Amino acid sequence: MGTTRRENTDWILKQLFKTTGLVTIALLGGIFFMLLYNSFAFFSNINPIDFFTGVQWNPENVNGKYSIFPLLISTGLVSLGSMLIAVPLGIFTAAFLSELAPPKLQAILKPAIEMLAAIPSVAIGFLGIVLVGPGIAKIFGIQNGLNALNGSILLSVMALPTIITISEDAINAVPKSYREASLALGANKWATLFKVVIPAATPGLIAAVMLGLGRALGETMTVLMATGNAAALPRGFLDSVRTITATIAIEMGEVPYQTTHYFALFAIAAILFLITLSINLLGEYFANGLRKFHA
Amino acid sequence: MIKRTIYFFNWVLLIGSTVIVCMILGVILFDIFSKGMPSLTWNFISKLPTNGMTKGGILPAIIGTTLLTFITTIFAVPFGVACAVYLNEYARPSMLTNIIRASIRNLAGIPSIIYGLFGLALFVQAFRLGTSSLSAGLTLGLLSLPYIITTTEEALKRLPNSMREATLALGVTQFETIKDVVLPTALPGILTGVILTLSRAAGETAPILFTGVAFYINGVTTSINQEFMALPYHLYMLSTQHQSIEEVRPLAYGTAVVLILLVFMLNIIAFYIRFKQRARD
Repeated sequence: MGTTRRENTDWILKQLFKTTGLVTIALLGGIFFMLLYNSFAFFSNINPIDFFTGVQWNPENVNGKYSIFPLLISTGLVSLGSMLIAVPLGIFTAAFLSELAPPKLQAILKPAIEMLAAIPSVAIGFLGIVLVGPGIAKIFGIQNGLNALNGSILLSVMALPTIITISEDAINAVPKSYREASLALGANKWATLFKVVIPAATPGLIAAVMLGLGRALGETMTVLMATGNAAALPRGFLDSVRTITATIAIEMGEVPYQTTHYFALFAIAAILFLITLSINLLGEYFANGLRKFHA
Repeated sequence: MIKRTIYFFNWVLLIGSTVIVCMILGVILFDIFSKGMPSLTWNFISKLPTNGMTKGGILPAIIGTTLLTFITTIFAVPFGVACAVYLNEYARPSMLTNIIRASIRNLAGIPSIIYGLFGLALFVQAFRLGTSSLSAGLTLGLLSLPYIITTTEEALKRLPNSMREATLALGVTQFETIKDVVLPTALPGILTGVILTLSRAAGETAPILFTGVAFYINGVTTSINQEFMALPYHLYMLSTQHQSIEEVRPLAYGTAVVLILLVFMLNIIAFYIRFKQRARD
């Protein structure tokens, strides 16, 4: 009899554990549904064509201008800038770590990179205000250093640990035989790294860049604090910008419940969700390419 | 010769990049600690803010962040561990587990501000929990879930199968095996992942913006259905929203130091547990 009761308990608990798995699916579905539902409420008031093609985000206006276009350009500009800085820095650092650094140096550098990853985004944003901003203002002779360039620099710092860690895994995953074959053919260490190892690791490096980009696109506090938040179309990196994330953060706190403006913030969040989801799926697709080495 | 020069140049690139990355970390830590340490007195961490937050300490923010992290832990850890146990111990690879794993990976990639919106819609409005530390803690719990599941599953994967088979062969049920053998053995690995995840949650600002964090709370509260102050938001507020930003800059630096020390302390504990475990294996 005791055995049966124990087996029953076992079965019940198994179902309980399984439920938690199902809840994770429900959570993703729930987030998606919430964004979709509120976006529909928004698009019943606002023409989607105006939403995507207009040039003004000005919900305070009597006629309420809701165009995601300037926010998208801002988000894209800041993220692009951050990748221009973080991708070369990250991949070269990863190459140094896996190919050149002696084990003792690795033992210091890896925790340093984890420390960098651990610094909260609000602290990085704070440095954007007190350190990077004044620096930019001085170098370019402008009044205020809170602009897209500042955001790009900070986001590159946020994306660097992700890019370095995944790139390093990608470079380490290249089989030793590739390197030995290249060296045996008379190629030196440098040629082997740049002509054999890095090309072979390319899918993994792309995955690293994609995941770093996903991180940068979704970052809120650093860009909120450091980019000046002017909701106009930026003309360059020295213009103040306002990203999708910053717009949500600024306006959600003050907007009345279930107004067009309220729904609009969910609509731009839905677009951000779709963008980061596609970038992450793309990264995952390339990361799977890595596994062929282990087969 | 030219080729050699090019390759040499490439080498310089690698070393130069690594040096730059280290310098970034150095500059961040140096700036915050050199300017923030003078503010870090016993009064600063044990007193309430006074004079419109231009004087006094940050005790309510420290307590708020601690309370928040506590709520996140209670909610996310049992749930995350249970899900990892299901995936690694019970489930056979199937369509369902593939979908669960894909969901978890995608949840990890969702921007934190969207978790904030979801917490607002679900906990604050639908569940009528209001803007409170409970709503904010649950929101941070959702954000932490994918990381806790992933790290716990990795810890479970590292255990040899012979361990499970040995107890099952003794006629012990699977749940008893998990409760008495698998989880205790995997505990250090699980703890490492949990603590690292919590250190990230403690530093998050965006998800708590609309779910309960407050500009200023009079006195100290540990009630879970009231608004609260939190360290990361306090830093944001002191550096962008305060009416006399220049005057409170030393306080902002001090808050940054406390926040970073808290996060690093959690990280060091996690590394220590990991280090001890590796030494044992």
